Amino acid sequence: MKDLALEALDAVAGRGVSYADVRALEIRDRDVTTKNGKAGHVSSSESRGIGIRVLASGCWGFAATDDLTRDGIARAAALALEIARSGTAARKHETTLAPEQKYEATWASPCAIDPFAIPVDRNLAVLLAVDKELRRNPAVSLAEASMHFERRRQVFASTLGSLIDQTRHTAGAGFSALSYKDGDIQRRSYPNSFGGQYQLKGYELVDELRLVENAPRVAEEAVALHTADKCPEGEFDLILDSSQLGLQIHESIGHPIELDRVLGSEANYAGMSFLTLDKLGSLQYGSPLVNVVCDARLEHGPGLGTFAFDDEGVPAQATDIIREGRFTGYMTSRETAAAVGETRSNGCMRADGWARLPLIRMTNVSLKPGRQSLEEVFGADHAIYMETNRSWSIDDKRYNFQFGCEIGWEMRGGKRVRMLKNPSYSGITTEFWNACAAIAGPEHWTLWGVPNCGKGQPEQVMGTGHGASPARFRKIRIGSAYGG
Amino acid sequence: MAAERFDAAEIFGQVVDAARALGVTEIEAMMGGGSHALTRFANNAIHQNVAEHDRHLSVRPVVDGRTARAGTNRLSREGIRAVVEQAIAITRLNEADPELLPLADSAFIPRVDRFFGTTAHATPRERALAVAEAIRVVEAAGQTAAGIYSTGESTLTLLNSRGLTATHRETMARFSITAMSVDSSGWAKASACHHADLDPVALARRAAAKATESQAPRELAPGRYTVILEPAAVLDLVGQMFGDFSATAIRDGRSFLNDRIGKKIFGDNVTIRDDASHPLQSGPPFDGEGVPRRPLMLVERGVVREIAYSRQAAAVSGVAPTGHGFPLPNELGEAPGNIAIEGGDSGVEKMVASTERGILVTRFWYIREVDPYEKIFTGMTRDGTFLVEGGRVTAGVRNFRFNESLLEMLSKVEALSPAVRASGEEAGDMVVPAMKVRDFNFTEATRF
Repeated sequence: MKDLALEALDAVAGRGVSYADVRALEIRDRDVTTKNGKAGHVSSSESRGIGIRVLASGCWGFAATDDLTRDGIARAAALALEIARSGTAARKHETTLAPEQKYEATWASPCAIDPFAIPVDRNLAVLLAVDKELRRNPAVSLAEASMHFERRRQVFASTLGSLIDQTRHTAGAGFSALSYKDGDIQRRSYPNSFGGQYQLKGYELVDELRLVENAPRVAEEAVALHTADKCPEGEFDLILDSSQLGLQIHESIGHPIELDRVLGSEANYAGMSFLTLDKLGSLQYGSPLVNVVCDARLEHGPGLGTFAFDDEGVPAQATDIIREGRFTGYMTSRETAAAVGETRSNGCMRADGWARLPLIRMTNVSLKPGRQSLEEVFGADHAIYMETNRSWSIDDKRYNFQFGCEIGWEMRGGKRVRMLKNPSYSGITTEFWNACAAIAGPEHWTLWGVPNCGKGQPEQVMGTGHGASPARFRKIRIGSAYGG
Repeated sequence: MAAERFDAAEIFGQVVDAARALGVTEIEAMMGGGSHALTRFANNAIHQNVAEHDRHLSVRPVVDGRTARAGTNRLSREGIRAVVEQAIAITRLNEADPELLPLADSAFIPRVDRFFGTTAHATPRERALAVAEAIRVVEAAGQTAAGIYSTGESTLTLLNSRGLTATHRETMARFSITAMSVDSSGWAKASACHHADLDPVALARRAAAKATESQAPRELAPGRYTVILEPAAVLDLVGQMFGDFSATAIRDGRSFLNDRIGKKIFGDNVTIRDDASHPLQSGPPFDGEGVPRRPLMLVERGVVREIAYSRQAAAVSGVAPTGHGFPLPNELGEAPGNIAIEGGDSGVEKMVASTERGILVTRFWYIREVDPYEKIFTGMTRDGTFLVEGGRVTAGVRNFRFNESLLEMLSKVEALSPAVRASGEEAGDMVVPAMKVRDFNFTEATRF
């Protein structure tokens, strides 16, 4: 791998490039799913390839190949240079990069149990045990459970002289119960929707999640939702569980702070951001309780956004994004940092494989724990509590959002008084975060993984991390998804 | 960098030999690959400019009622042997499936011609010059352009030990452009198998005109409005429901068509087919097991007529497979993927002229399902939303959030344009008309 990366770098260095970097990757993954008592998707795959990025004639060029012969690498290198030079047909200025140091490092994420050493039949045994528990409830129409494991080794080499060998292990697992009855489809998931929990771990994640123990409750809730009252429409205090709050952070803080969006790079697809440069340091993003950090360091936790170096060779860092409610920082790259006069990138460039260019992506964007007890968070006279995301949508500048959850509860004096089906809430990003009235403490904080964040053209799918504790928000619009 | 062609027969021979060495005779191989390049621009300059070349082999043995899949992009003799060994190892550890069928037999697959050499060999300079010309159009309007121009080729070959061979080779080109003024934007996009069928300058003019016409947007109260949805808006919203036209989805209880097959759920003027051979469609004419895709009448004058069946779903139901199955193993079963919605004779201009008060929508964004059975979706308008008054466009308006049931929307269609190949961002390309729909449910407005 190192030899491949250095060979590719040699193929472009000295050919008129002002900068070049190469990423050689080797990826192995496994997917195991079950559905209604049977194995669903059982598969494994491996992929090796190399991506070559060059800055020549003031323009970027990138070419990737899985042909790792000497000729294949030479062809990809030549194509990267041809592509860069073609960019002069529509160039406005020469691209410049914020300075960075040279690093030589080898790093591997902690992995207590190698998932690839666990045989597939053991994976299936766990998932089928979950499935059996779910389908003990005869009203469950569809029981689904899944595990996903990945090991990704990347060697990064650049003309700065950096040579970084990094291996990351990620794992994901979860299940859901769907019930169809009389023209109503309801679903409950554990520990989160859309595949469960994902972290930078090995097989130990599966053991920690206590999947089987939670299956009966999840099945019971899915079925009970059919007879639950519909979530009311109006303005209420809203309490969110930490997984839904994690997605709220992702959509209404994580994406708007991407500096490439702010500067227009994503305007044709993912969109732009309401966080124009004039708002840095002045915008009251949230209430004084709100503190948000973007932190890729291992000490933040085993998040999908945890690493030692980003994909342009910048070390993992922690950046304050919101401090006591005030907007204080963007996520940057070497190019965008230079464009706004910053002296250094804060290390957020990530690519979803060898065939894709690094983009600014969320690392772990987390809401710091508050000081309130869980009783204080839930202690409002009257509130709606929502758990587990069901739908999510936000406009292309990240102002107006609407989320739906799998289950809601009407709360009075801290007690659940009735279950609510089809709960949803909506609002404007800054109004929502300024309505934050209580955040539970660190003992209730969970670092959630979002494995499917899309961005870029061609589209890239990235895993991101979001830590949150349950929190309460004042006078939020509830129920508009079913209104009108 | 045009893709190297697979020697599929040679690779498959190695797959079969490696399987036989392990005592396995039933095996399927899927080979895919291609070259794709994309020139991306923003702030009136090319800023990301990429190309990739890849090949992929996956194999699926069937052993004692069990199956699993393993994949690799290492196509050396050693890599091929290793992936076969891995597939057989995980297959043997898998649970038996009493509904699993033997591999598919060979069948005649009608040929579709969707490969154009000039598109496969389009150069970075060719794309860059077209982008530069489009940018000049937008700059001339005093606006800022962002977008993409991509070209590429791909090949998919499926073979199995029962003698089935299915191959499809295709090129694809896409041009998309957003034009932005200080307080407005406009968008246009097109795709075609032959890049000469795209007209980047015309698309740039269209995007720039929309940005100009939607300047100084007015803020309107949310509510129910008559809407005129351009084809991309129809595509991205209506395209969300076709995964439910699936026998497996219905059996699972996750389809909105549960208890609705044969019933009239949309208006008389809604007829929807799936047709892999439609001249404006793209994609292979066979499914993930090599079964030829047959045309389906999904909805006829508002009545749900046919759904898709994979081989396994068909066997369970005692019918013939339709050729819409996903590669095995999978949990989803099947879905139609070559949608053509029947059009009418009313162009967008005619729809505007016949509207006393309404909203013209260029495209939708971030569409997500709110209710899986009532098929309620939410999302935003984007890049060109206009007020129509007295039969003409009078102003741009701030973007709306909608929460609309497709069951209701497709029962309120007042007019359709001729169908065109449309390309959006939230559903695959389809052949769809523009639609005029009454009482569309906008629930909120955003700040721009």
